[in-house]
Amino acid sequence: MELTTVWFALIAVLWAGYFLLEGFDFGVGILLPFVGTDERSRRLAINTIGPVWDGNEVWLLVAGGATFAAFPEWYATLFSGFFLPLLLILVALIVRGVAFEYRGKRDGVAWRKRWDLAIFVGSLVPAILWGVAFGNILRGVPIDAQHEYAGGFIGLLNPYALLGGLTTLALFTLHGAVFLALKTDGPMRVQAGRIAETLALVAVPVAAGFLIWTGITHTDGWGVTLSAAAAIALVSAIPLTRARREGWAFAATGATLLLAVAALFVTLFPDVMPSTLDPAHSLTVHNASSTPYTLRVMTWVAVFFTPLVLLYQGWTYWVFRKRLKLSDIPG
Amino acid sequence: MDSLDLSRWQFGITTVYHFIFVPITIGLSALVAGLQTAWVRTGKEHYLRATKFWGKLFLINFAIGVVTGIVQEFQFGMNWSNYSRFVGDVFGAPLAMEGLLAFFLESTFLGLWIFGWDRLPKRLHLATIWTASIGTMLSAYFILAANSWMQHPVGWRMGAGRAELTSIGAVLTNSTTLVTFPHTLTACFLTAGALLLAVSAWHLRRRNQEEVFRPSLRLGAWVVLIAGIGVLISGDLQARVMTEQQPMKMAAAEALYENTESASFSVFTVGSLDGREEVWSVRIPSLLSFMATGDPSGEVEGINDLQAEYQEKYGEGDYTPIVPVTYWSFRLMIGFGGLAMLVALAALWANRGGRRATGRWLWIAGISTVAMPLLANSFGWIFTEMGRQPWTVFGLFRTGESGSPAVSTGEAATGLIVLTLLYGVLAVIEIGLFLKYARAGAPDIPAVDEAEDRPLAFAY
Ligand code: HDD
Ligand code: HEM
Ligand code: HEM
Repeated sequence: MELTTVWFALIAVLWAGYFLLEGFDFGVGILLPFVGTDERSRRLAINTIGPVWDGNEVWLLVAGGATFAAFPEWYATLFSGFFLPLLLILVALIVRGVAFEYRGKRDGVAWRKRWDLAIFVGSLVPAILWGVAFGNILRGVPIDAQHEYAGGFIGLLNPYALLGGLTTLALFTLHGAVFLALKTDGPMRVQAGRIAETLALVAVPVAAGFLIWTGITHTDGWGVTLSAAAAIALVSAIPLTRARREGWAFAATGATLLLAVAALFVTLFPDVMPSTLDPAHSLTVHNASSTPYTLRVMTWVAVFFTPLVLLYQGWTYWVFRKRLKLSDIPG
Repeated sequence: MDSLDLSRWQFGITTVYHFIFVPITIGLSALVAGLQTAWVRTGKEHYLRATKFWGKLFLINFAIGVVTGIVQEFQFGMNWSNYSRFVGDVFGAPLAMEGLLAFFLESTFLGLWIFGWDRLPKRLHLATIWTASIGTMLSAYFILAANSWMQHPVGWRMGAGRAELTSIGAVLTNSTTLVTFPHTLTACFLTAGALLLAVSAWHLRRRNQEEVFRPSLRLGAWVVLIAGIGVLISGDLQARVMTEQQPMKMAAAEALYENTESASFSVFTVGSLDGREEVWSVRIPSLLSFMATGDPSGEVEGINDLQAEYQEKYGEGDYTPIVPVTYWSFRLMIGFGGLAMLVALAALWANRGGRRATGRWLWIAGISTVAMPLLANSFGWIFTEMGRQPWTVFGLFRTGESGSPAVSTGEAATGLIVLTLLYGVLAVIEIGLFLKYARAGAPDIPAVDEAEDRPLAFAY
């Protein structure tokens, strides 16, 4: 396999990891106002992701860094072209990150209410905007001969991309609800399970709509197969949630996200950002990539360190494997 | 102002802001780890209380360091797309390595440390904070390697319109990195030491919890002194490397216009702003020559000669950085750091043996040390980055051609305004919390509750 293909795949893996992991902690943040009826239950919900959310976010940072190193043209065109949505995402991630750390550091209802709002909005905005961003990448955007994005901000808000945004929102929220049911015991487990059932009924048609639209515009064999697998995984989450098999349900929503990202990248390949102005202006794994030497160096680094990261992040999840219940929260 | 100017302001503001919190994270994580080690080894409760107290302040600070870091990772692409296209093949590598090797380590193990107090065995728990601390230092190494490449590009060749990496080893062992890393790392310890010193002084002045804060005061003051000496030695080495690689920066640091042998170093000057005319100054003979070349009688090149030389080499243009900024930022860096060291020395002397300092002014000085290294750090970076102008990559790529053509003035202005306002609000909140927890003093350690069903020691 060519190194550019390897790196295309590695970047897909990083985004898949990001959606799988931060997907559920976005979901928990979005559900906070719905499952947290009092201060103790809100703390319970937040503490299910407390030890891991920062490590999850690093998947995004590494996806960004790896794109810079392996496909500098892609990094430059994408980030400067999608300037305003990215700025919004940054602001959301900032207030959300600070909120986790600071909400408990002062007593006072108003103080906590404000941070709870920050967690909710800070989770909601990126959950939608990542979908919008990837919807646009898949659909293609106006890119000129200099590889510069030539569309405006409004151009990014087309129906297909917005449906993409709703899809990630629905999937992340569902994934988060299943995670809450998996990680808690007592009333919250029951409540999160019920929410997950309802959400699954919303997520299935939204995601199916997006998949069908994609299938019509992009007839890529592998892409369609992976999309179908994602759809099966998603649908299977419904009976599993009903049966209160939370572990399996979480595996199902997780698989949905992994397969969906895989389908997205497979459909895109070998483009990384197709141009709607002229296919000759599209960014591809070839014209956007770094030199073979840089890719080789980065491959060795990835080969050595990615398994190590997986090992210790996995260990963290094992350390904090116990379900939390209200009585664990200091009164 | 156009999109480029706005982006420059944004980069300067966000990066200086990030680097207020980063040195505290780097220095304090190691000091907290040290205190926890002392507790694990001796079992003395006051070490545990100190660990919890400084650990809390560390976390309040860390939160802002992390979230402002996210902006750093993205803004090269957002505001500096031409720069990213030109350098990505070289510069992206250390940046990606920082993420994979350092950020994962830091964030994962800090999560384990914060939430692991009653879930991990004592020694394993101690290992998590040490691992996170090593992560922060690795992070500094890789990002400084990236920055050093901008100061002194090595291990590359010119490809089709961009710089291409030829040796990752050369980039990671750049002579500039090898002097910048120790200088920055010791400056981080100086910063954290000053924080310990200042907060402890506040409590000791009120005779609060002397059993916790006397040892912390001494620890802080010693760290300031020892790290400070490290800063001086590494800074001296750095000045020499810098003079060799970027002679214009050294000339601008002294506002030295003509080539001079046995050049003196002016501690303070009154005169025209660009330093061309001097009314009055305090000078130390031969010091500049010594800093720049290691020889008191060595020759230091002046701005005029270098400007002529660069015009010949790189074409018409202005190759002189803004001299008043470089001149004063260089002095303020050294001055504020030196001041912190003097206060630390005085604090140790006044509290030597079992003594207790009585002078009101000494306590006030002690409390204000917290700001000194923060200012020194900021001025150090302002000197480093503005002294490199008009280049983003020295001798290779200009700031003027580095911006993002796709970003309109309106967008760039939105970015600058939104981030500046947000950072301003965060600063107010963080300082408020920091003061609250600093004033509250070290927590009492509750008797161990062995019950199976006790509530967990939550952080959030
Ligand atoms: C507490 C902070 C502090 C203190 C007391 C000093 N420095 Fe410093 N200095 C820094 C904190 C710093 C810094 C913020 O960490 C910088 C910015 C970039 C870097 O590498 O370190 C820096 C940069 C920096 C540079 C620029 C390097 C470049 O542009 O390539 C030089 C030449 C020196 N320092 C030299 C000194 C000397 C000779 C000092 C004392 C005699 C000194 N510094 C004290
Ligand atoms: C944390 C420490 C740092 C501080 C405080 C800092 C500060 C600054 C400042 C004040 C400027 C504006 C200079 C001007 O426009 O005249 C600037 C520019 C810049 N710096 Fe740094 N910098 C830091 C580290 C870095 C690092 C580590 C990198 C690269 C990895 C970097 C890359 C740049 C770039 C690309 C610019 C924009 C071009 C320019 O306007 O000069 N900086 N920085
Ligand atoms: C302009 C260049 C810079 C970039 C792109 C950058 C990027 C980042 C990012 C993305 C984070 C968040 C990591 C997380 O989520 O855990 C972060 C935090 C951090 N950065 Fe920076 N950074 C820059 C400048 C610097 C410099 C110059 C240093 C040190 C010399 C530094 C040291 C650190 C450290 C130690 C942290 C740990 C978190 C904290 O301080 O709270 N960074 N940085």
